[in-house]
Amino acid sequence: MAPDSRVLTADSRPKLWRLARLDFDPVRQRPVLLYPEGAVLLNDTGAAILELCDGARSVADIVTILNERYHADVEADVTEYLDQMAQRELIRAG
Amino acid sequence: MPDDRPTTLLAELTHRCPLHCPYCSNPIELMRAEAELTTEEWKRVFSEARSLGVLQLGLSGGEPLLRKDLEDMAAHARSVGLYSTLVTSGLGLTRARAERLKEIGLEHIQISIQDSDPEVAERIAGVRSVRHKQAAAQLVRELGFAFTVNVVLHRANLDRIEQIIDLAANLGADRVELANTQYYGWGLRNRSALQPTRAQVERSREVAERAIQRYRGRMQITYVLPDYYEAFPKACYGGWGKLYLVIAPNGHVLPCHGATQITGLSFDNIRDHSLDWIWRESEAFTLFRGDSWMKEPCRSCPRKAVDFGGCRCQAFALTGDAANTDPVCTLTPLRQIVDQALEEPALSDYQYRYPSEAPLPV
Repeated sequence: MAPDSRVLTADSRPKLWRLARLDFDPVRQRPVLLYPEGAVLLNDTGAAILELCDGARSVADIVTILNERYHADVEADVTEYLDQMAQRELIRAG
Repeated sequence: MPDDRPTTLLAELTHRCPLHCPYCSNPIELMRAEAELTTEEWKRVFSEARSLGVLQLGLSGGEPLLRKDLEDMAAHARSVGLYSTLVTSGLGLTRARAERLKEIGLEHIQISIQDSDPEVAERIAGVRSVRHKQAAAQLVRELGFAFTVNVVLHRANLDRIEQIIDLAANLGADRVELANTQYYGWGLRNRSALQPTRAQVERSREVAERAIQRYRGRMQITYVLPDYYEAFPKACYGGWGKLYLVIAPNGHVLPCHGATQITGLSFDNIRDHSLDWIWRESEAFTLFRGDSWMKEPCRSCPRKAVDFGGCRCQAFALTGDAANTDPVCTLTPLRQIVDQALEEPALSDYQYRYPSEAPLPV
């Protein structure tokens, strides 16, 4: 059986769902994830995480980049957020 | 979404349709082509909708491909930042039109399937359609659109739910939406021919649950059970006037596509008012917004924050008062209406009353 694409590890290379697109909503002044029959309003941090989900970077790479950007240890927050998005199948483990 | 803005607009570009499904969600009295909004009017509405906060646009009907200006309107929708879905029977989706729609940035196409059995499918649709749908699905895949297959389920096709799901997968769908018939308008007229048995519903639920697991990661399956068999009503579009609006072919703005059957409710038109005003101020949108309109048992019920008293259109259709609790709810004595309907003797299959071939004047 294929590994469950909803479960991420540090080596997973998450990628946005093929049908989802990141955009910015000028009305609400918020980033937004759009996909068939749905939309999720994001905060800036959420959008920054999802922008890095290109199917090439691993979860560990994403954490490293964001640790440097925010000058803090954001690993727990980032992995929790990615896990949530993977459970909702808006990103897929690659 | 935690604000007072709508997220989703369903634009019924026309009521005209080559199919005549007996559960059609269009009103009993269909609008004629002459009454339809013009290209420029629809484009203005899409701009207004985006400014109001709408993110998702459904280009629907009837059959939206019967509008020769569909591509023009879809291009405009994309240019103002809407994520658009073409909701189509597939009939009329030629290669030239599909390529043009791809070019202008349409993202998602939804094609209806009536059944996995071609003979039954065409009997339900009332027209030869299976080959056209297969060809349309192939184009949608080939051109790389996001692709959803949607299926209305009822007594005559529910036992084939597994074959229907497999057919959607074979057609290359990314998603399949399986929804049991809702009994308003045409569906209500045909209820005794459409209504499944409890045994059918139970079995279909198990089959769907297994299929959801089996197809996980490859095809997303959503399954909407028939609400008559549920204990609590559905949370219709997240509450009245909360997230969703529908614009009828003639420009009337509705809180949901079934709202026209609530007699006495008047609808404002985008030819007379801005969409913003209609959303915020008009009678149709404010009447059942929030919970101050509610009667008991809803008013004091903690579930009012979950299901908002259910569906106003269903409350009206079954009780004659749109402010009543949705009679699906087992907490109201009105539930006996639904229980009685479940006991109705079933008509033999296919004694359907079809939407008329020639749209009626409004």
